[in-house]
Amino acid sequence: MPLLELDGVDAAYGELRALWGLDLRVEEGETLAVVGANGAGKSTLLKTIAGVMHPTAGRVRFDGRDVADVADHRRVALGISLVPEGRRIFRSLTVQENLQVGAYSRRPGPWDLAAVFDAFPLLADRRNRIGAHLSGGEQQATAIGRALMANPRLLLLDEVSLGLAPVVVGDIYRALPTIAAKGTTVLVVEQDLGQALSVADRLQCLLEGRTVLEAPAVELTREQVAAAYFGLEEAP
Amino acid sequence: MTWVNAVVQGLLLGGQYALLACGLSLVFGVMRIVNLAHGALAVTAAYLTLWLSQRTSLPLVVCLVASVLVFAGVGYLLQRGLLNRALRGGELAPLLVTFGLAVIVVNLLQEIATANSRSISIGGLATSSTRIVDGLSIGVFSLLTLVVAVALIGLIQLFLSRTAVGRAMRATSDDPGAARLMGIDDRHMYGLATAIAVGSVAAAGAFLGMSTQFTPGYGDLVLIFAFEAVIIGGLGSLWGTLLGGLVLGVAQTVGAQVEPAYGILFGHVVFLAVLALKPSGLMPRTVTA
Repeated sequence: MPLLELDGVDAAYGELRALWGLDLRVEEGETLAVVGANGAGKSTLLKTIAGVMHPTAGRVRFDGRDVADVADHRRVALGISLVPEGRRIFRSLTVQENLQVGAYSRRPGPWDLAAVFDAFPLLADRRNRIGAHLSGGEQQATAIGRALMANPRLLLLDEVSLGLAPVVVGDIYRALPTIAAKGTTVLVVEQDLGQALSVADRLQCLLEGRTVLEAPAVELTREQVAAAYFGLEEAP
Repeated sequence: MTWVNAVVQGLLLGGQYALLACGLSLVFGVMRIVNLAHGALAVTAAYLTLWLSQRTSLPLVVCLVASVLVFAGVGYLLQRGLLNRALRGGELAPLLVTFGLAVIVVNLLQEIATANSRSISIGGLATSSTRIVDGLSIGVFSLLTLVVAVALIGLIQLFLSRTAVGRAMRATSDDPGAARLMGIDDRHMYGLATAIAVGSVAAAGAFLGMSTQFTPGYGDLVLIFAFEAVIIGGLGSLWGTLLGGLVLGVAQTVGAQVEPAYGILFGHVVFLAVLALKPSGLMPRTVTA
């Protein structure tokens, strides 16, 4: 049984359809990268899984259970944590307080302050700095650490690389294998193909709310993904 | 010595203002709601404490604590049932809702308790005082009010900075949507914040009722002083509110020392001066979310 299963999910912002009958599966322990251009429906997909948006049709099953009637703030207790687009750090709280708020649901597991500071050493030095005074990279690391503090079974990462310098993105992506090694299933949404291919076991490419390519990462070339990404030709 | 006395009495009076204002400050700090029913709630709590102490043989302090607990519950329900809905209607909606609530509460009080002025009797405590030096005495009850105000603000601040729920409340204040992603129910957090605020205003109302005569409409006057304390101190900062209350109290007593009729006016002038010279208040929050 897959940990996460989406069946024919439609989602829309008012009149604007963002997802068209989307199917998606993530096995426990796997890292899936969902790639696609702006407006492909990647963030909508994550919001729908996290319960921030509600699908207009189709089903979202987590660990075999239909989660349609589970509110967003209750999905954290089930083990779904979203690192939102734009990071949304609590600006008046320190790094450490941000992380502690992440543990609010008190799910047991391997992640605590020490483990997060281990995975993101730059946060340990900044633990007493408030969110408003962090650089983009520090904010992103804090946002990921904050989500990990809930000990999720499924970690949803939205556009980790957005607006960050490449060297900072590299630092953050280097922590992902550590996260996967602790048994956390990761669904990462990315515009940056290189990063997505480097961390993912499997890759799914969206174009205008539909899946155009889905395959194990090792079987894919950059060119194949790029073609699907821009919708240049029929996916192989 | 008369001037020293004026300042000391002002600080003691400021304790009462700070006690009144801290709930207002908390509700604004967490939810950006300006609660215009704050004064009316204080007076209602004074009536409840009075009623409890007359109808039961319980000690006054027990009546006060009971009233605080009842009002904390009322605050929670008020937030969950009314203000959370109003918040969805934009910034102006909660303001109008609390204004309407204040009108309803004052009229209900007139209907039930009549417009006669009342006070809560505390016996000898009302007049007992300690002489520090010649020409300077401190009223035991005003000192008690100041101590309660400082303790209450200290406790709320401790709760906000050191407990998991307090951190969650500050996080919700920064970004309710992101707080939900952490498993925090923002509506519940808002409910708790208003419960604490309305509980504190119940205590303030009871202290007010013990120190002076009150009528159903007395809350309006009280509301102005509480607002001035919050603005002078800086919006959303609890220690700032304490400072604001003290500054306002001192301004009023020193003003009254200059010319007895000018006490309240001096308070307003200091308030306006702060607004003009330092609009963010004396102790503004360093980060605005």
